[in-house]
Amino acid sequence: MRRLAVRYAALGYLAVVLLAPISMIFWRIEAEGVGKAWSALTEADTVHAFKVTLILAAIAVPLNTIFGVTCALAIVRRRFPGKGLLNAFVDLPLALSPVVVGLSLFLLYGRTGWLGPSINIQVLFALPAMVLATVFVSVPFVAREVVPTLREIGDEQEQAAHTLGASGWQTFWRITLPSIRWAVIYGVVLTTARCLGEYGAVAIVSGGISGRTETATLRVQDYYENLNQAGAYGISLALCGVALVVLAVMTLLKPKEGAA
Amino acid sequence: MIVALPIAALVSSSRSDGWSGFWSSVSSPEAVAALKLTLVVAALVALTNAVSGTLVAWVLVRDEFPGKSVVNALVDLPFALPTIVAGLVTLALYGPDSPVGIHLAFTRAAIYLVLLFVTLPFVVRTVQPVLLELDRTMEEAARSLGARETAVFFRIVLPNVLPGILSGVAMAFARAVGEIGAIVILSGNLPFRTEVASVYVLEQSQSGNATGAAAVAVLLLAISFAVLLLIGAMRRVATRHERA
Repeated sequence: MRRLAVRYAALGYLAVVLLAPISMIFWRIEAEGVGKAWSALTEADTVHAFKVTLILAAIAVPLNTIFGVTCALAIVRRRFPGKGLLNAFVDLPLALSPVVVGLSLFLLYGRTGWLGPSINIQVLFALPAMVLATVFVSVPFVAREVVPTLREIGDEQEQAAHTLGASGWQTFWRITLPSIRWAVIYGVVLTTARCLGEYGAVAIVSGGISGRTETATLRVQDYYENLNQAGAYGISLALCGVALVVLAVMTLLKPKEGAA
Repeated sequence: MIVALPIAALVSSSRSDGWSGFWSSVSSPEAVAALKLTLVVAALVALTNAVSGTLVAWVLVRDEFPGKSVVNALVDLPFALPTIVAGLVTLALYGPDSPVGIHLAFTRAAIYLVLLFVTLPFVVRTVQPVLLELDRTMEEAARSLGARETAVFFRIVLPNVLPGILSGVAMAFARAVGEIGAIVILSGNLPFRTEVASVYVLEQSQSGNATGAAAVAVLLLAISFAVLLLIGAMRRVATRHERA
């Protein structure tokens, strides 16, 4: 009896907090008309916004993958002064408001900022600042997935490879990388999701110019504020579809990670 | 370079008018109202998560029912979904065209509800692994000695999962304090009523008051650092217990 009460309390909570809002996407698109949502999705500025989002992710994800793996190796395998600080800085974007990130970049590259006057290319309200913002907010994910795995596998195999004459590079490609690959992939999936969904940091540095610096998430707000509900829900549905794919990939990867 | 340099620029420009300038920006009535609202709502959200997150984690670990793996996967949805979409759908559910007849658009209650959505996974995901590894012989021993179910939960299970709950709650709190995407559409951003600190920073920076925005942003930064330090300290305490 009590078991069932607890089960339905938990499932009821999830249904109200999680499923009820999500199901609204479909309900509203039905109400606004599928055709209207589709035409908003295929509008030139919307297609461009999705392109910008993909470009940002295509730059930020590989960068953060390399950085995350390097960082995780440094944190787990090496001792150096300032290691605690590095650890804290890697986690910081998880706890920090994206708006703070955006504002920091805005001030750094703005007209009166430290780097603003000395750089000749347009950083703010253009792709470079948006890339920096996206990289910043998605820094932690790969490192955080890889660190525990590296700790767990230990370094016996790496030392064995060393004594057999393998170079550091060979050891990394043949021993370390294969044993952390699922953690890396899991981190990459999370990083991608974060890059696609970023709003706050990009909102400040991009200027949100339609057809130029607008990302998919900014486009949702743009449509909403211009009372084009069908468009806002259409893009939301597309982003929600991506999120579901991400969830599916994560679920598929989890058991494999445990078995490896 | 990517993380530290911008933050240094932020801190320095928040103090460009000296300490008194910093203080007058932070203590302007609108900023104070926004910060107060942010902290109160985030604390409420974190507390709700402490209970509901533990409950969901418990059911996912100890209960068996058809479709459990789907439910387990769906818990991560708020991490995968752009938060602006979360804001939009919450507005659809509780807004002017609400199908359930509840109108909460542009209220503080709506901010609370959408933050519950966004922070849902934190406590669940920190408590779940602890519950999975928990040795159940302790609970059986307590039961065989005549302890009732509530006593078993509060005296055996809860003390063991408490560090997990606390670090999940701390992360949920930090996230709730910093959240913007989910709130910016939903809250209407009425100064003194539904304007939270992150939206205040956005509005001030867009209307040219960079120093005022930076001052409040530095406070948010300090809160994030404090939360991270707290989690680090709790982790150290927890591992010390394990070794002892």
